[in-house]
Amino acid sequence: MSVALSAQEITRALTRISHEILERNQGSTNIVLLGIPTRGAYLATRISSIISGIEGAEVPTGTLDITLFRDDLRMRPPRAIMPTRIPTSGIAELDVILVDDVLFSGRTIRAALDALGEIGRPRTVQLAALVDRGHRALPIKADFIGKNLPTSKNQSVKVLLSEIDGRDEVTIEEEPE
Amino acid sequence: MKNLLSIADLSKSEAISILDTATELARVSDGAVKKLPTLRGRTIVNLFAEDSTRTRISFEAAAKRLSADVINFSAKGSSLSKGESLKDTAMTLQAMGADAVVIRHPASGAAQRLADSQWMSGSVINAGDGTHEHPSQALLDAFTIRKHLGMGGGDLTGLSVAIVGDILHSRVARSNVLLLSMLGAKITLVAPPTLLPVGIFNWPATVSYDFDSVIPHVDVVMMLRVQQERMSDLFFPNTREYSRYFGLNAERTACMKSGAIVMHPGPMNRGLEISAEVADSARSVITEQVTNGVSVRMAILYVLLAGGALEVGSN
Repeated sequence: MSVALSAQEITRALTRISHEILERNQGSTNIVLLGIPTRGAYLATRISSIISGIEGAEVPTGTLDITLFRDDLRMRPPRAIMPTRIPTSGIAELDVILVDDVLFSGRTIRAALDALGEIGRPRTVQLAALVDRGHRALPIKADFIGKNLPTSKNQSVKVLLSEIDGRDEVTIEEEPE
Repeated sequence: MKNLLSIADLSKSEAISILDTATELARVSDGAVKKLPTLRGRTIVNLFAEDSTRTRISFEAAAKRLSADVINFSAKGSSLSKGESLKDTAMTLQAMGADAVVIRHPASGAAQRLADSQWMSGSVINAGDGTHEHPSQALLDAFTIRKHLGMGGGDLTGLSVAIVGDILHSRVARSNVLLLSMLGAKITLVAPPTLLPVGIFNWPATVSYDFDSVIPHVDVVMMLRVQQERMSDLFFPNTREYSRYFGLNAERTACMKSGAIVMHPGPMNRGLEISAEVADSARSVITEQVTNGVSVRMAILYVLLAGGALEVGSN
């Protein structure tokens, strides 16, 4: 097991992502942050508070569960459905920033795009991920990345967040074959 | 979990996870999303050998919201009325590739028979078998109670529920007694002695013959339909007497705790077990039970059908 990001590095990465989001969207007036549960939701809340600290205005923030839209449901036992909370602003004609912890095959994001399509028609959809570990199976890329982590397929990337795991850390572990 | 035949097959954590799933699904369908792709390509057969309005359309709506294909099949207008056996019907469904069968049947144990046989490989969901069980109704009742009186989520500890009326013929009562007691609620059954089944004192519930003494102490009054179509004997002298002693009218409702709710699984005999005034009053959550039924049945279909062949735990 090796540590890829320390607590301090996670905070720095999220701060940088927040600035990049503001730069790209010329402020926070038209954006909505949607975190993908479980850990993406906590990251979205953190980015939201960093942005409101910079801009002095609250950013609509919610969660988007993609379980019901997954394409691999039949390959696993049933998964618990996590909360979806769309802010009252809705998403129509807004710039939606999806927030996830690890970007891997891209299938989660494909499912998230399907889920968004059922809710409304955003002006743009952008993607922020704390870690991009490569091995994409679909033509999807992130707009804002905390850290690129080159990994092999038999490694697993674990994101720990203080809200549920007690501490902030990103680690890479070798998975036993 | 492959089949839903009886509440007795569910563990407490499984029951709560169905209720939690239903809570999230209700939020999703309250919002902009009316249709989810989750069960696309699955075929669900509604096999109804007994009349039903609510349960059948509720399962149908639930399946359609999850994008499953639904085939409705009722005794009237099918070969069941020509005397085709359950086995031949099941083998026909298997040949058509049904992923799940929702079965309502006048014979107690019909769903179990279908599930235990090798006639078909899909999931079996009991939508009411004779006077045995009606598990999806109990789950939607528990969901409705939790939504109104529960503390956000979890179980029903601390609540007391009166189930009143024709317990003898009621599969709804059997399933509800099992489920609500498992979730920690205290249950009182109220009925004339003739409408209580043999062995009632082994049920996890107390029994009372006096509705008026029970009503001020309960959080939920669940009225049951007097099932005249199943009554071959005389169980009470006349309907006016039944109504006087065991019917829910405005006078009795006035004695209820503040915040207590009135439930009925439907269809109602207005004027017999429940007065029209009470059925349409602010305490009544009867139409909400129907709305919740769709969310709960979506949750049941999700839990039984969305996952793959692997068992839970082999992640």
